[in-house]
Amino acid sequence: MIKVLFFAQVRELLDTPSLTLAAGQDTRNAGALRATLAARDELWARVMASERLLVAVNQTLSDWDAEIRDGDEVAFFPPMTGG
Amino acid sequence: MSAGGDGRQHGQDLIRVQQQDFSVADEYARLAGDAADGALVTFVGKVRDFNDGRTVTSLSLEHYPGMTEGVLERLVAQARARWPLGRVTVIHRVGTLALGEQIVFIGVSSAHRQAAFSACEYLIDFLKTQAPFWKLEADNHERRWVEARDRDQDAAGRWQE
Repeated sequence: MIKVLFFAQVRELLDTPSLTLAAGQDTRNAGALRATLAARDELWARVMASERLLVAVNQTLSDWDAEIRDGDEVAFFPPMTGG
Repeated sequence: MSAGGDGRQHGQDLIRVQQQDFSVADEYARLAGDAADGALVTFVGKVRDFNDGRTVTSLSLEHYPGMTEGVLERLVAQARARWPLGRVTVIHRVGTLALGEQIVFIGVSSAHRQAAFSACEYLIDFLKTQAPFWKLEADNHERRWVEARDRDQDAAGRWQE
């Protein structure tokens, strides 16, 4: 299984803090997972299409071609605004 | 674990993400404890009453538990690789904060002032763009997520070699 987390505005827009997905071809990398989530419905498509969307694989900021394996944790969120 | 926070202390580093406020005097005392360090620089970020021309009455801070601490530890390690540092403290608050409250503390000690100044600035610049914190502002009418600023990216970018 792959654990998927959402933070800040992304979590709020999707009204979903987290979900789990079975690992497979449609979750092979961060970009594929993004496309899989975007295919859910119009709202998910809009949020996943954001140019500013960031992804972390196993708590490390990653590129969209970052590989995802069974048991990984993937998070989607907007640019950070701490400090 | 430090008192009440998700604290991590490795040798000379203290990294905490916590809801409660911090005492600058207490943090200064810990940083100042090493007689080999002649320089000590601290930075405190506070909730201010405006942002992008709009009034702000309170701020909520969300973070990504686990990743946040990992990123802060990595940033401190990177600062140590660039400058000879003594003690380093990074504290960031989460939850709801009122106007004027303290948000973040960065403290660095070193034998030399230039290393302490530079490392302190480096840590806050990268914390703003790399550590997974998000601000939600509120005024009397509405709440809105704070937008990331290009100038923060530029500030972090100037440290690239």
